[in-house]
Amino acid sequence: MSFLVDSIIMFTSQVLFFGFGWLFFMRQLFKDYEVRQYVVQVVFSVTFAFSCTMFELIIFEILGALSSTSRYFHWKLNLYVILLVLIFVVPFYIGYFVVSNIRLLQRQKLLFACVVWFTFMYFFWKLGDPFPILSPKHGILSIEQLISRVGVIGVTLMALLSGFGAVNCPYTYMSYFLRNVTDSDILALERRLLQTMDMIVSKKKRIAMTRRQMYQRGEDQNKQTGFWGMIKSVTSSPPGSENLSLIQQEVDALEELSRQLFLETVDLQATKERIEYSKTFQGKYFNFLGYFFSIYCVWKIFMATINIVFDRVGKTDPVTRGIEITVNYLGIQFDVKFWSQHISFILVGIIIVTSIRGLLITLTKFFYAISSNKSSNVIVLVLAQIMGMYFVSSVLLMRMSMPLEYRTIVTEVLGELQFNFYHRWFDVIFLVSALSSILFLYLAHKQAPEKHMNL
Amino acid sequence: MASLDRVKVLVLGDSGVGKSSLVHLLCQNQVLGNPSWTVGCSVDVRIHDYKEGTPEEKTYYIELWDVGGSVGSASCAKSTRAVFYSSVNGIILVHDLTNKKSSQNLYRWSLEAFNKDSSPTGVIVTNGDYDREQIPENLLPLLVIGTKFDHIPENKRSDVLARTAFLSEDFNAEEINLDCTNPRYLAAGSSNAVKLSRFFDKVIEKRYFTKEGSQAGFSDRKRFNFKSLHYD
Repeated sequence: MSFLVDSIIMFTSQVLFFGFGWLFFMRQLFKDYEVRQYVVQVVFSVTFAFSCTMFELIIFEILGALSSTSRYFHWKLNLYVILLVLIFVVPFYIGYFVVSNIRLLQRQKLLFACVVWFTFMYFFWKLGDPFPILSPKHGILSIEQLISRVGVIGVTLMALLSGFGAVNCPYTYMSYFLRNVTDSDILALERRLLQTMDMIVSKKKRIAMTRRQMYQRGEDQNKQTGFWGMIKSVTSSPPGSENLSLIQQEVDALEELSRQLFLETVDLQATKERIEYSKTFQGKYFNFLGYFFSIYCVWKIFMATINIVFDRVGKTDPVTRGIEITVNYLGIQFDVKFWSQHISFILVGIIIVTSIRGLLITLTKFFYAISSNKSSNVIVLVLAQIMGMYFVSSVLLMRMSMPLEYRTIVTEVLGELQFNFYHRWFDVIFLVSALSSILFLYLAHKQAPEKHMNL
Repeated sequence: MASLDRVKVLVLGDSGVGKSSLVHLLCQNQVLGNPSWTVGCSVDVRIHDYKEGTPEEKTYYIELWDVGGSVGSASCAKSTRAVFYSSVNGIILVHDLTNKKSSQNLYRWSLEAFNKDSSPTGVIVTNGDYDREQIPENLLPLLVIGTKFDHIPENKRSDVLARTAFLSEDFNAEEINLDCTNPRYLAAGSSNAVKLSRFFDKVIEKRYFTKEGSQAGFSDRKRFNFKSLHYD
């Protein structure tokens, strides 16, 4: 009986998540496009729904809601479904839509989509070879094989995003890095842009007028056909067209200049808006947060380096460690079990919510930047794939943040994976990503004032 | 030669609808081979004979300013685009016939252009909603062009054309539906070419012959046109 009630609860929450994914797709992602293939929307919402259900199950685990047998059952079910979606459904549809965009292969769409899927499976399988993620007692088609590979991809993505985010967040929040932009700078740049456009226009007018005159005179010149006409045209081309190609080159150069000026103007306007924003109350708040995050970022990089150099893996999670410290060093006595449950619930809840929100925002920005009318379906499916893998591996890594008694279900369901390997891999990629983001941002920051100086 | 009078016409629309191909077709009479995203603004010039065939025939330069929408709808991009909107004499609104959202976004584009119009009788819209009752007072001639006509399957064509007819009535403008990869839509003597030529004539009239500008009959008829803004 309780199993039935639990299942109904799970099902309702899944429907809710599905609805949320659907709305997000319609309102945010596909704001400017028409949805013609509803399959894409359904697949995206399904992936989102099942990923969120996994997080929900972890929360239930900590809170002790629902009975443990039904939790275990739903874990297994959820895991199978999401693996099915991530490995079979989404890649197949990606292949199908990519193939539909290519004109040549229109006839045998299904066949080519299957070919693409088999290639994907081959590389996916090969991915597992260089990593020490499995022990030999696993069979070929066991769930651990699939999860381990999905985990590797997902953890790489997480670490890349984490590293970049950890560096970029203080950079954008803190006003220390803002360049000083005055209104007169912007006006001067806009004036230059308009002058360049005027020059382009006057040159194009000359080209158009010359062409028109050549066309009107062309009736006379076309009469010079035949053998001699051809010879003559080799030595002396009509005076108009030489000028034309020269002017055209000048126009091309000016157009390139106008594009650069436009981009710089947009950049300056954006900086000016950020400066104005930083003077408001909200801006000051974010500035303060920025200092806090920069300290956090430095600490994380430091910890990652230590972990790699000394080859250590944290044994206890932050919650238990924090409680130990307060009990032992600060002498505060409180009910460990009770508080550990609540604190880990809050901590895990915060981690989940911020990672979902952060991922959705990043995906949206990414989608706006690169999608076009033809490729929107493919890109959304790729994003759904990334999202699914990201969420699966966050579950993997979250295991470290939970106290021992809550880790059991994750260990039980996901099988005997080498969890330590994933943490090590996360640390390595995080370090690489953070350091290269610092380098990249430093170069970009240096380059901008130099461009500005040349005005 | 370069001292001909000129008029400035904006070409506005969402990213990817085909404004650059359209401008290239109008000015060079050729199909654009490799369209790529327009960054900033690209200008091209067309030479137009005002009142062709009559004794008052005069040649003008028509500058077509194709303002790219691909940098984004962020407010910094908007204020930069505003640089190009000064002293405009006419607007061509371009939408993609295969994408309904691009037609709906045309209202937003026309708002953006009208708000930056420096003429004293320009429309002042405060809450950001497009108030259609103020259209007749606006003096800028509009033309609505739908692109990618060849991509619509035969059976859907009448629906699409009905929808675009509503759209052009809302703007109080003529409409042309064509495909930028096929020059025959604008072949000399076709109805599209006539509409285009009439539009350019109207722009030139408004700019240079304002006393004879056509305000009276046209706008009174359409003043009480309460079509629904949102259609699907």
